[in-house]
Amino acid sequence: MFIALFGAVESGVIYAIMALGVYLSFRVLDFPDLTVDGSFVTGAGITGVLIVNGTPPVLATLIGALAGFIAGCITGILHTAGKINALLSGILMMIALYSINLRFMGQPTVSLLNESTLVSQIESLWASTGIDSALNGMLNVFELDRVPTTWAILIMMAILTLAIKFLLDYFLKTEIGLAIRATGDNQKMIRSLSANTNFLIIIGIGLSNGLVALSGALIGQHGGFANLNMGIGMIVIGLASVIIGEALFGKKTITRVTLAVIGGAIIYRVVVTVALRVDYLSIQSSDLKLITAILVIAALVTPKILQARKDKKRRQAKRAALMEQQKESEASA
Amino acid sequence: MLNIKDVSLTFNEDTPDEKKALQGIDLELNKGEFVTVIGSNGAGKSTLMNVVSGSLHPDVGDVFINDQNVVHLPEYKRSKMIGRVFQDPMAGTAPTMTIEENLAMAYARNKKRRLVPGVTKKRKDYFREYLESLNLGLEDRLNAKVGLLSGGERQALSLLMATFTEPHILLLDEHTAALDPSRAELITEITADVVGKFELTTMMVTHNMQQALDLGDRLFMMDKGEIIFDVKGEEKQNLTIKNLLDEFQRIRGKQIESDRAVLG
Ligand SMILES: Nc1ncnc2c1ncn2[C@@H]1O[C@H](COP(=O)(O)OP(=O)(O)OP(=O)(O)O)[C@@H](O)[C@H]1O
Ligand SMILES: [Mg+2]
Repeated sequence: MFIALFGAVESGVIYAIMALGVYLSFRVLDFPDLTVDGSFVTGAGITGVLIVNGTPPVLATLIGALAGFIAGCITGILHTAGKINALLSGILMMIALYSINLRFMGQPTVSLLNESTLVSQIESLWASTGIDSALNGMLNVFELDRVPTTWAILIMMAILTLAIKFLLDYFLKTEIGLAIRATGDNQKMIRSLSANTNFLIIIGIGLSNGLVALSGALIGQHGGFANLNMGIGMIVIGLASVIIGEALFGKKTITRVTLAVIGGAIIYRVVVTVALRVDYLSIQSSDLKLITAILVIAALVTPKILQARKDKKRRQAKRAALMEQQKESEASA
Repeated sequence: MLNIKDVSLTFNEDTPDEKKALQGIDLELNKGEFVTVIGSNGAGKSTLMNVVSGSLHPDVGDVFINDQNVVHLPEYKRSKMIGRVFQDPMAGTAPTMTIEENLAMAYARNKKRRLVPGVTKKRKDYFREYLESLNLGLEDRLNAKVGLLSGGERQALSLLMATFTEPHILLLDEHTAALDPSRAELITEITADVVGKFELTTMMVTHNMQQALDLGDRLFMMDKGEIIFDVKGEEKQNLTIKNLLDEFQRIRGKQIESDRAVLG
C-alpha cells in the first residue's frame, strides 16, 4: 500500500502541472477550454517520438510543451478572431489534435521503455548521490515490507512543479498577468484600459496548454510510453484537481490557489489509488471516470451544503435566543 | 482636441427596426473643454460616446483626437487616449481583483504592458496618495477585493482609474445615475475636482438637468441622433432649466414628453 501511495503522490505531482494549466484557462481566464484532452497527448506524443529519434530528452520535452502552447494559441485564435464559442473552439481543436497527434506519432503507442528519457536521466544522476538510502533508512522506523526504489522523481518533480507554481504566481502579478486576470473578470473594463483582450486570451490559452503538454510529456516519460488515448478525460481530471484543491485549501489569494491546485491534483491521485485498492469495492480502472465525476460533483456541492447548514444553525440559534428573552420578560411581567 | 466630422450611424438598416442613432454629427471640442450632454432616452448620447471610444464604428464620418484620425483604430488602441466611466458601477472595475491591482491596470493604460510586477512599493504610495483625495478611506483598503466595495465607492474608484493617467479625452456616460442622491452628489463633486485639476477634455452624459447646468463650460442637447442645441461660455452659465425646456420646444416645436429626460 505504501508503495502504491508513493506512486500516486509521485504522479500527482506531475499531473499538478496539467492542473495548473487548467486553472489558468478555467479560473483565471474563465474560458472552459477542452483542448486539454488533445494537447496532453500532443506533449507526450511529440516528446516520445523525438526521444525515439534521438533528440536529447530535455529538448524533446521543451518542444512537446511548445507544441501544446501552439495548439492552445490556435484554440484562442478560433475563439477570438474566428468568434467561435469557447467550448466549441476547444472541442474542435481537441478532435483536430487527435488526428494530428497520430500523424506525429505514426502509431497509436510510442514505447519509451528502452530509451534514455528525462526520467531515466534524473534517476541515474540521482543514484550517485546516495540520498535514496538515507531517506529509505529513515523509513525503517515504519517497518515497511518494501521501500521506494527511488525518490528522485518525486523530489525533482516536486521542485519543478513548485518552480512552475512560483513562476505562474509571479506572472499573474505582472502588468500583463493582471491584464489576463482582468480579461477573465471584466473584459469590457480592461479593454477600456487599452488591453488587447484577444491577444491576452490567445497567450493565456497557449500558456495553459503549454503546461498541459509539459505535464503530458513528463507523464509519458514517467510511464514509459505515449498513447493516443492517454488524454481522454484529462480535462475532467484537471478540473477535479482544481475544484478539490479549492474546496480543501481555499482560494483567497493567487499564491494560495495555485498551491491548492497542486494539493488537489495529488489528493485526486491518492483517492483514485485507494479506491482501486479496496478489494470489496471491486472498482476497476474503467470505473475511474465515474469516480472522477462523482468526486467533482461532491467537491462542488459539499461546501454549499455545509454553508447552508451553518447558516441555518445560526438562524435557529438566534431565534431560540429571542424566544428565551420573550419568555423571561413575560415571566417577569 | 476632439473633432467629430459628419458622423452617422444607423442600426439594423433596411429592417423594420431601423434606427438612425446618429445623423451627421459635427462637433469640435477644444483642449480642456468640459461639455455636458443631455437628451431624452434613445437620443443617441451613448452611441456618440461609443463612437468616440471605438466600441462602435460609424457608418460614415471621421473621429479625430489630437488631429489623428482614429476612426479605424480598435477600441483597445484608442483607450490609451480615452478615459471612460460607465453607468453601471460594476462595469468599470474587476471585482475579484484588489483595489491596488485595479489601479495598477489603470496605471498601465497609456504604457506598454510588460512582464514586470504591476504593483510596486512606489506605485502603492502613489495610489494611496490619489485615493486620499477621494476621502472615502479607500487608501487603507488597498488589498480589499473591489467586489466588496459599495456602488458609490466603486464608481469613485472607476473615476480615479479613468482620470489619473490624464487621458486626452474623458467620457462619462450617466456615471452617477445608478447611485443614491448623496453618493451621486459626491461623485459629481469628485468629477468637477479631477476634471478641473487635470484640465481634461470631457464629455459627460446626464439626465439630471441641474447637474448639466452646474458642471462644465459647454452644453449639448441631443435629439433623434442630432445635436440640436449647443451653448458655451457665459450663455451657458446663465442658462436655467426653464430656458432649456423652452429651447427644446422652440427647436422641435412640441412639448417634451416628460420622461426621466426632463427633470431627472
Ligand atoms: N446595439 C444596438 N442595436 C440596435 N439598436 C441600438 C443599439 N444601441 C442603441 N440602439 C438604438 O439607438 C438609439 C440610440 O441609443 P443610445 O443608447 O445612444 O441612446 P441614449 O441617448 O444613450 O439613451 P439613454 O438616455 O436611454 O441612455 C436607441 O433608439 C437605441 O434603441
Ligand atoms: Mg445611454
